[in-house]
Amino acid sequence: MDSLALVGLLWAILRISVPYVMAALGGTVCERAGVINIALEGILLIAALGTALGAPHGAALALVCGLAAGVITALLYGLLVVVFRGDQIVCGVAIFMLADGLSRVLLKVQFGSTSNSPRLDALVGSGPLWLLAVTFSSVILLHGLIYHSVLGLRLRAVGDKPAAAQALSVSVLSVRMWAVALSGLLTAIGGVYLVFEQRQFVALMSGGRGFLALAAMIFGGWRPLWGAAAALLFATAEASGIFLQARGLLIPNWILQSVPYVLTLLTLMLRGLLGKTHSAAPLSLGIPRL
Amino acid sequence: MKAASRNVLIVVTLLLIAANGLLLWPLGARESKPAQGEVKTLRVGLVFDVGGRGDKSFNDAAFRGVDLAVQKLGISAEFVEPGDGADRESGLRLLAARGFDLILGVGFVFSDDMLQIAHDYPDRHFACVDYAKFDANGFVVPPRNMVALKFREEEGSFLVGAVAALQSPHQTLGFVGGMDIPLIHKFEAGFRQGALAVCPSCKVLVGYAGTSADAFKNPARGKELATAQYQAGADVVFHAAGSTGLGVFEAARETGKRAIGVDSDQWDEAPGVVMTSMVKRVEVSVFDVISSLRDGHFEPGVKVFGLRQGGVDYAYDEPKRGMIPASVRERVESLRRDIIDGKITVLDK
Repeated sequence: MDSLALVGLLWAILRISVPYVMAALGGTVCERAGVINIALEGILLIAALGTALGAPHGAALALVCGLAAGVITALLYGLLVVVFRGDQIVCGVAIFMLADGLSRVLLKVQFGSTSNSPRLDALVGSGPLWLLAVTFSSVILLHGLIYHSVLGLRLRAVGDKPAAAQALSVSVLSVRMWAVALSGLLTAIGGVYLVFEQRQFVALMSGGRGFLALAAMIFGGWRPLWGAAAALLFATAEASGIFLQARGLLIPNWILQSVPYVLTLLTLMLRGLLGKTHSAAPLSLGIPRL
Repeated sequence: MKAASRNVLIVVTLLLIAANGLLLWPLGARESKPAQGEVKTLRVGLVFDVGGRGDKSFNDAAFRGVDLAVQKLGISAEFVEPGDGADRESGLRLLAARGFDLILGVGFVFSDDMLQIAHDYPDRHFACVDYAKFDANGFVVPPRNMVALKFREEEGSFLVGAVAALQSPHQTLGFVGGMDIPLIHKFEAGFRQGALAVCPSCKVLVGYAGTSADAFKNPARGKELATAQYQAGADVVFHAAGSTGLGVFEAARETGKRAIGVDSDQWDEAPGVVMTSMVKRVEVSVFDVISSLRDGHFEPGVKVFGLRQGGVDYAYDEPKRGMIPASVRERVESLRRDIIDGKITVLDK
């Protein structure tokens, strides 16, 4: 393998990893506060949609609209599951269905098609390179936030022992809402990236990346650094598959596509077998409380 | 309390039914005045594939066929854009129940549902583009009121394979497929044979986006697949991958290489990048079936549209493009004649 090809492969890994890493971080911050986030896929999609809708007015507005769309969707999710204590799995799936349906309706209204936007010329030239930088600094920032700040301590307390946190006059509700909103912001960066990279919106273009990010988050044991590493690992598997296909080495597609899920299942099994409790799921994950 | 919650349940159920009905509400109705002397206007309903109207490809081609029939044959038409799998079936059923004379489904995903509904409504007519239904005994022949519209994609792909190979200085080409299924393998097989027919030492790199229907809607994956092929030396990449192919064009733009579109003439998607497209004239087949039904000789069974029938082709409009030199054009046209005359047989796998 020549060095040029290797550089190409490394870039491909980085490009592919952005939505995975961002959504995995989004999932981590949310779940560390005790709220399951199946809505990641929907947030990715809606953020991508927001970006496309803002794009005719310039790249900056596209970015703002994308992030805002992600945060608003996350807040809606937070309203459902934190304030009204709805079932987190059901509401998460509902958010995804909303994202798909809403994107088709708004596409039809804005661009006259339920499947694609036209090419968004405003995004040409604003390379997604800086989003790559944002992604990797987010990993460090989130690690610092969760493990080395007062807010992070509260976040973890609320996710593990909300009763204890409440006894120390920490508002479980507001910490969880903040976590959900931040989750929306982080995940939205992944969705924005998808549209900046493709310069077009395509229905369902999130393509299951939110669910794969969920697997990365679990694989990484609900820790930002490890979650990002898992996301990078999955991206490496995907990029290598693409790379090998292009070099004429055919690995059956179904094997490559199952790699992340098989790895995650194996980790979960291993954790169970070893009886390991450290850095596993937050103790109060999925239990609403007010 | 119990009664109240039951009332709520009833209201919610009714709302859900209403919402469902709204989903299926035909999106665009186009009526035309019947031609003079005609007693009854033929009513045609078309249900789009997942890509939907505006995919600038397959669905739009079917739409053009029906639209042309509306203008030329004085039929009336309605269009349904289904949201997902279940809506597809109910869309077909709705049109059948409303008494449409001909119900068209665009895409192989309709095969199962349409077969069933054609049995349920024996006095309506059905046509399925790309019909492909196999059971334990092999190909399932459509019933007496249904026609399968099939294309020899391998023949059109053969021609674009030759176009690409004749303009590849590195003697390397790429193919990006959507879902890894026999229907898409036909494109790959034809493309490869066409390339090798004019350039025996040429190499064709192959990539598939996935193993589920999502693989047709993943432009980011398509972009990565094509970028890898361009980096491995491909000069031209041909895609048969629906919206995923839009990513192939984006990769071609960024690397300054060329690509070949599919199903419709995709020049407008990336002018100057898309050198030609393997065109599947879905509009020809759709118009054909509508006009034969109107004239009273609807033929059930399988209708195949190849190069000979004008069902597949490659896009070439001379003055404005110039991405295909005259010498290449000549060579490819002679290959076309050889295929039509049966001197060359293009295999579909």
